[in-house]
Amino acid sequence: MSEHTPAERVPASTPITVGAPEVRAVEALPAETKISVQNLDFYYGDNHALRNINIDFPARRVTGMIGPSGCGKSTLLRTLNRMYDLYPGQRATGRAMLDGVNILDGGLDANTLRSRVGMVFQKPTPFPMSIYDNIAFGIRLHEKPSKSELDGRIEDSLRRVALWDEVKDRLKAGATEMSGGQQQRLCIARTIATKPEVILLDEPTSALDPISTARVEELLDELKGDFTIVIVTHNLQQAARCADQVAFFFMGELIEVAPADILFTRPRERRTQDYITGRFG
Amino acid sequence: MSATTLDAVPQGIRLSVSKQQRRRHRTDRLVAALCIFATLVVLAALGSILWTLVARGLSGLTIDALSHVAAPPGQGGGLLNAIVGSLIQTALGMVIGTPIGLLAGIFLAEYGRNSPFANAVRFVSDMLLSAPSILVGLFVYLILVETLGHFSGFAGSVALAVLVIPIVVRTTEDMLRLVPVQMREAASALGARQWRVTLLICRAAKAGLATGVLLAMARTAGETAPLLFTSLGNLVWSVSLDQPMASLPLTIYQYAGSAYDDWIQLAWTASLLITVGVLAINIIARVMLRSKR
Repeated sequence: MSEHTPAERVPASTPITVGAPEVRAVEALPAETKISVQNLDFYYGDNHALRNINIDFPARRVTGMIGPSGCGKSTLLRTLNRMYDLYPGQRATGRAMLDGVNILDGGLDANTLRSRVGMVFQKPTPFPMSIYDNIAFGIRLHEKPSKSELDGRIEDSLRRVALWDEVKDRLKAGATEMSGGQQQRLCIARTIATKPEVILLDEPTSALDPISTARVEELLDELKGDFTIVIVTHNLQQAARCADQVAFFFMGELIEVAPADILFTRPRERRTQDYITGRFG
Repeated sequence: MSATTLDAVPQGIRLSVSKQQRRRHRTDRLVAALCIFATLVVLAALGSILWTLVARGLSGLTIDALSHVAAPPGQGGGLLNAIVGSLIQTALGMVIGTPIGLLAGIFLAEYGRNSPFANAVRFVSDMLLSAPSILVGLFVYLILVETLGHFSGFAGSVALAVLVIPIVVRTTEDMLRLVPVQMREAASALGARQWRVTLLICRAAKAGLATGVLLAMARTAGETAPLLFTSLGNLVWSVSLDQPMASLPLTIYQYAGSAYDDWIQLAWTASLLITVGVLAINIIARVMLRSKR
């Protein structure tokens, strides 16, 4: 499924220089940066969880974040939509520039930020309402669409996650009655329905069976034409399959970030090599 | 067949394992027997209370008892004013206490969380939960009866509301905290503001919240002490909240201690009525909580 020529999905305006055919595009296309994290430090109270992180997330590409549990990859993900704001005692210093605007300095309203940077969680989190209302919930937070427009948006987002044919006859049924894989795709549909620019995924398939996992992975490939995607995963094969760029974190530090094929075949750092070959973590 | 097994392993080890297993087995059965015995004691007590109430109260449960107002002994009085008084005071107590309890519980679970103020509110509310109800009656006597110069149904309702609030606060907070934190994060991640997230969480917990309210109602419907100094009881028909008001618990209290056979019979009937009512509310609450899961 990752055999598409990435150039197919890139809008014509983006400058493209396709390299050797077997090389994945990101090497040739660093192009636009959607989010640029600069000198980021993160603290849980006194616990210094992220140290001096510098990383760029390219627009309309999938960035995978890997590393052992507790290495800080989820923390970085939750910094990018200021999820940590919900918890007193958690704070970030440094800069995270979304289209050139620092999202960490409080200048940007957190709810506005979250409408531009959506998030999908490890466990599916359907709300206790119908499938239809689950998706309408997110849309109505930011807009007041007419009934027909809302119907259209909901159908659109369900189609994009390949759920429409499965649920079109029971849109008014409770979302919690769906299977786990369907629930997770519903949560992705709910996120894309609000038309974000970035989608953050925190181990989105670790609670799913292999078939549902494959469907979500296919979906990522399909979505990256429109969205900048950042995915945290414990599954190295998943990172290799889905990501254009992969970042390896260890003990609160970003050890290495590189195009997926390079990071998995000839990593620069010893620790990356040890981790991907299973010597620790 | 076990001979070969025994030969295969050193004997001492084998024996000590089986001895230990036998001891565990004995302990297991002893504990199970004790639990069953304790359960039977509780059920027997409950069963005998219910049986006594039915045996003594059912014969007095006539149309007359339900449709007549209280009257002097021997003149065919009934429980109508007590029933209506109980319904009015319990309902008004719930109307006053439920919103305050719900909002305070929502505050503790969703806004205050572990702030010093929230901890203080939680502590006071829990103390109120275990405060003797007669103290609540005295408190309301001081603020509403002594100041206004007369007993009233309204004062009784306020006393019941004071009992309702801490129960609803406790159950509301507990039920909201049962909602996974991921749901709050998922709603926030869509850009929902705190009040919108809170509404969603209440919706997720609505069966639990309703159950808490029903349990508070069941608890207060049978309360006597808070009404003694507040609504006082009334032997004549009155539905005015400004006047002393009758209620089933107070009627039981007054009639059961009297020397008249027909009053004592009415007290049994009133006891049966209130027990069945409270039981029904409890069962409804259980069913609601189960259907949530």
